[in-house]
Order: sequence, then structure tokens, then C-alpha cells
Amino acid sequence: MLRYILPLSLFIALIIFLGIGLTRDPRLVPSPLIGKPVPEFALPRLQSADMEFNVNDLKGQVSLLNVWASWCASCRIEHPLLVEVARENILPIYGLNYKDTREDALAWLERFGNPYTASAFDEHGRVAIDLGVYGAPETYIIDRNGIIAYKHIGPISNKDWETKLQPLILSLQEQDS
Amino acid sequence: MRSVNSLFFLLLILCMPLQAQDLPVFSNTEHKARFQTLIEELRCLVCQNQSLADSDAELAQDLRAQVLTMLEQGHSDQEILEFMVARYGDFVLYRPPVKSTTAFLWFGPFILAGVAIIAMFIFLFKRNKKQITPEISDAQRKRATALLDGSE
Repeated sequence: MLRYILPLSLFIALIIFLGIGLTRDPRLVPSPLIGKPVPEFALPRLQSADMEFNVNDLKGQVSLLNVWASWCASCRIEHPLLVEVARENILPIYGLNYKDTREDALAWLERFGNPYTASAFDEHGRVAIDLGVYGAPETYIIDRNGIIAYKHIGPISNKDWETKLQPLILSLQEQDS
Repeated sequence: MRSVNSLFFLLLILCMPLQAQDLPVFSNTEHKARFQTLIEELRCLVCQNQSLADSDAELAQDLRAQVLTMLEQGHSDQEILEFMVARYGDFVLYRPPVKSTTAFLWFGPFILAGVAIIAMFIFLFKRNKKQITPEISDAQRKRATALLDGSE
């Protein structure tokens, strides 16, 4: 009897492991930056090149940092959600404009709406490397002390927002007050 | 003869290696060798199954440039790898470090091979034990010999 049960149970175990493997997205690489402070940076702002956007702008309240670009197709998918969140005034949304040109980025905001309190202009993607960005859009939730609490890779769906990001933001805001 | 020659040159052209990137200019040959080793050790996170050397994704280009800059600034190989791990995690390394989360990755194959070898020996041992010598009577043996001789 054992000679049948043993291979069968091994086979079933293999199927279970492969099944779990199928449900996981290999593109989602966990970031080692979670729980760590946002790396030091200073960049010109998108709207006004002579003004600086630096890591201190992200401190003081719970904020959202969204990596976006005008050439990034999936950024358009999540954009209406960000515009809506900005309209509801839930938290300040900052942008990191990634490897873009000023002209294209500003035209894109003009066309699709600007949810960003401010956008930093990372022309060469050097600050994005420090943030461990490997594809736009990526979104960071940052607590009031400038610690990265969460990273979302890819466009934020309504479900992602309702089940993951919004509850986390609310609990972080409660902790603060 | 001429056609043979042109065919030969055509084949020669087809054999030329194609690279994903133009090699940058190095200040010395030691940097060149280290650069090549480093970009083969590091994974491109966009294409995942390609190293920075293989990939032509924008991120791979940027990270190659970053490796080169750090080399020229005099950072050690270890420092450059640590720089990448701090930002992208262990996944960026093709040879992840041995620690509790990667232990099964490193030792799992050896454990499985060990289990398989033990199972094989148990199986063979059992099978040998099962092979009992057939018992036949003297009369049967005589008849068998006779049959083999062909006298029956």
C-alpha cells in the first residue's frame, strides 16, 4: 500500500507547491527599504526648476510618493485614482517624475490632471536607483518621520487602494495624532 | 573560388558576437575585467532572467552606468554589490547570500539528492532480499537437464 501512497502524496505536495507558485507574481520584488528612512536626495521641482524638492519635504505628515512618467502607459491607469485621492484631501501626494522631459511631463499633467502637491524632477533616474525603483509606476507610503512604511509596485487598482493602501494610511495617521 | 571566398566571409560575419550594449571606455584594463564580472553577477530587475550584461532595458543601462561610476570612484566590488543589495534586495544578486531565508535554496537540492539516494538503497536492499532461490525436486532437476540436453 505504501508504495502507492508515498509517490501519490509526494506528487500532491509538488502540485500544492507549484500551485502556490502560480499565485505569486515574480515581478514583485520585496523592497529592502521598508521600515527604513527615505534616502537623502535633493532634486529640482518639475514646475519650477530653481526650487528644490528634498527629503525634508516628505516629513511632518503621512505622505504618498508616486513614481511616474509621461512615457509610462500603466501610470495612466492609476492616474484617475490619484486625482480622486488628491481631491478628497486624504494625504499629500508627491510625485517623482522619472526619466522624463519637463515639456512632456507638464503636458501630461495638463492633459490628465495634476494630483501632486509637488513633483521632483529626476531626469536621469539617479534618485530612483536610491529608492530601488525598477519600473514605473511605483508608490511609497511614508510616515511623518520620513520612514518608508509600504511600497506598491505597478498601477494601484481600486481594490489595492481600498484593501491595502487606504487602511495603512489611516492607521498611520491615527498613530501620529 | 571567388564564391567560396565570399561564402567564407559571410560565415565569418555571422559568427561575430552581438552584444546588448556598447562597451564603455575604461581608464584601465583592471576596471574593464571587474566591470564585466560585476554586471554578470547582477540581475536586471526588469527582465529578471537576464543579467545587467545581457539586458538592454533602460534600468540595466542605468545600473551599468552606476557600476562604472562607482568603479571609477574607487569603490571595491563588495561595496558595489552592497550598494545594489541595499536598494534592490538579495534578488539582485545571482548568487544570493547563505542565510535562514535562502538556506533551502542552497541546501535543498543536496537534501533531496540525499533522500533519493537513501530511498534507492532501501529499494535495492529490499529487492535483493526478495530474490529467493527456487526450490525444485531432484526429479524436476533431472527432467530440466534432460530438456536442456535435447535428449527428450
